[in-house]
Amino acid sequence: MHKLPPWADVVLIPLMSVIAAFAISALVIVYIGENPWEALKIMVDGALGSAYGWGYTLYYATNFMFTGLAVSIAFRASLFNIGGEGQAMLGGLGVAVVALAVPWPHWSLALPAAMLGAVVFGAAWAAIPAWLQARRGSHIVITTMMFNFIGAAVLNYVLVNILRPKGSMDPATARFPKGAHLPTLHDLPLIGSYFDKNTPANITLFIALAACVAVWYLMFRSRLGYAIRAFGKSESAAVYAGISPFRITMYVMLISGGLSGMMAINNVMGEAERLVLNAVEGAGFIGIAVALMGRNHPFGVFLAALLFGFLYQGGAELGLWTSIPIELRTVVQALVILFTGALDNMMRMAVAWAFGLARRRAA
Amino acid sequence: MDLSTLLQVLDSGVRLGVPLLLACLAGLYSERSGVFDIGLEGKMLMAAFFAGAVASITGSAWLGLIAGIGGSLSLAIIHGIASITFRGNQLISGVAINFLASGLTVLIGQRWFHLGGRTPPIKGDARFESITLPGADALAGVPVFGPIYHDLISGHTILVYIAFACVPLTWWLLFRTRFGLRLRAVGENPESVDTAGISVVRLRYTAVAMAGLLCGIAGAYLATSAPSAGFGKEMTAGKGFIALAALIFANWRPWRALGATMLFGLLEAVAIRFQNIDVGLFVVPVQFMQALPYILTVVILAGFIGKATPPRAGGEAYVKER
Repeated sequence: MHKLPPWADVVLIPLMSVIAAFAISALVIVYIGENPWEALKIMVDGALGSAYGWGYTLYYATNFMFTGLAVSIAFRASLFNIGGEGQAMLGGLGVAVVALAVPWPHWSLALPAAMLGAVVFGAAWAAIPAWLQARRGSHIVITTMMFNFIGAAVLNYVLVNILRPKGSMDPATARFPKGAHLPTLHDLPLIGSYFDKNTPANITLFIALAACVAVWYLMFRSRLGYAIRAFGKSESAAVYAGISPFRITMYVMLISGGLSGMMAINNVMGEAERLVLNAVEGAGFIGIAVALMGRNHPFGVFLAALLFGFLYQGGAELGLWTSIPIELRTVVQALVILFTGALDNMMRMAVAWAFGLARRRAA
Repeated sequence: MDLSTLLQVLDSGVRLGVPLLLACLAGLYSERSGVFDIGLEGKMLMAAFFAGAVASITGSAWLGLIAGIGGSLSLAIIHGIASITFRGNQLISGVAINFLASGLTVLIGQRWFHLGGRTPPIKGDARFESITLPGADALAGVPVFGPIYHDLISGHTILVYIAFACVPLTWWLLFRTRFGLRLRAVGENPESVDTAGISVVRLRYTAVAMAGLLCGIAGAYLATSAPSAGFGKEMTAGKGFIALAALIFANWRPWRALGATMLFGLLEAVAIRFQNIDVGLFVVPVQFMQALPYILTVVILAGFIGKATPPRAGGEAYVKER
């Protein structure tokens, strides 16, 4: 097999994988008896065609940026963190504890404190599997997966028995105080008029964008990032270079868990303004698709998160206006994971074959 | 607690444990051959849907079972292609399969039945009804043994007995036949199997297909084995992951898989029946009981009690030397 040019690896193969995923989804839509072209138009219109639509698209994209970055940084160290869901759940708990602890006078004070709560809780939930992997050799995929379920049970217990207000039947916390409400994009000067006031997109978007830049800097411009990537490429070479596997595993998983936890700023503090049982809604798992599609690069994650934000809002509109169930989103998500993740080699072989053919023609 | 309550809890433990047992044995074949399988959940869900759907259309539980196995096998083949042929990441492939099943079952279900993802309720021949073992009614009056035989051992559907028969069968196949020796070898050291002139790819495909078959029966059990009456959206509800936990707990061994799945089934039965349990000094919350299988698995994996040793070549694609 010939070596592929870098642009084919970075752009062409992911693009083909996404096209394959969408093509199969189109076949599913045809099977349901709808027109895929019409469906796409409804999706574009519903997700991008109005202030209301892109407000939701950006809200979802913000969630996916955090979870996508979380998965991608772990992937860079050859660790598959499948526990983003649980870490984001616990991050929500951290946000709720902080938001409800103090009658916050203003959001600008509440936000940094809540971010700290989210990061600490999310990172703590990733720290245990990380420690178990680094010191006891338990497989991180299995432990993070188990911690998703344990996290759900913990959250359920805390909401039902501790944080639920008296007299309420709902397993949810009380509403956060007014001073802990984040401004939505509509509330902002200059850009506010482009956004609908009924959409949940809020200033967390800028924190997510900053996180993309920070992760890029960490991964490609810092000593730790170099150590992480070296460790991910070859553990034995990294050890030879004096890099401690224990420390890298711990650092990476703490950062990864912290990023997943940060998602709660967006969905718990920014949108729901209280903590409910199913606040994460699978965003932790979508992070896997986003990271794979974004080739574990922060900029790729940013683009993939936007695409999935579009897919989420557009898919909801499809559920509203057509006979296509909202679960189409899950199918597209599955196909993206399948093609960009598991069948990556298939695409690579196909592209390499095409390149070889072209080269022989030219010769 | 009197005998009849105890028997009721044990009986519901068996009912809840059987799908775990089948899925756990499915994972056992796959992982013993060196192919990780976190797609047990998805395969089971797919099977439950097709079993429920076809049983309700044809009125035959057996045709439903075959359709369920077919649905599960089709996902198993995708897993095989991705992780054996194209040497993709087996864990990522498993994740994809779980989501694929979760989405497709609702999409196809809505298209076929317009019931929001459910299948129409089934009864009679369309589902597996419970079997009364010979003499169960006659012996019911015998103290202690009678109720145990009548309430616990008798009165299950054929799939339950098939599941239990699969345990010695799997043990025999894995540890007493040439096929089993090769299957275990390919999960420990594929090079040696390849050197002996045996196809690694074929062995692994066989193992992945066995996993598909067993997940198919597990799914059919969920949807068509009385008292359940049809498929419901997301009806596996994480059972595939508990089965995976049980597999680790059982250290990838068939008899221990029986023990682990029955234990986890019993834990679930206790959690459903008693909710919060007052043990005098403190109250054990129901959430703790629900999380216990996962906590136990983490503890076992960490090697604090016992030690879980997975097949050595698990998760790695085999690349033939050129």
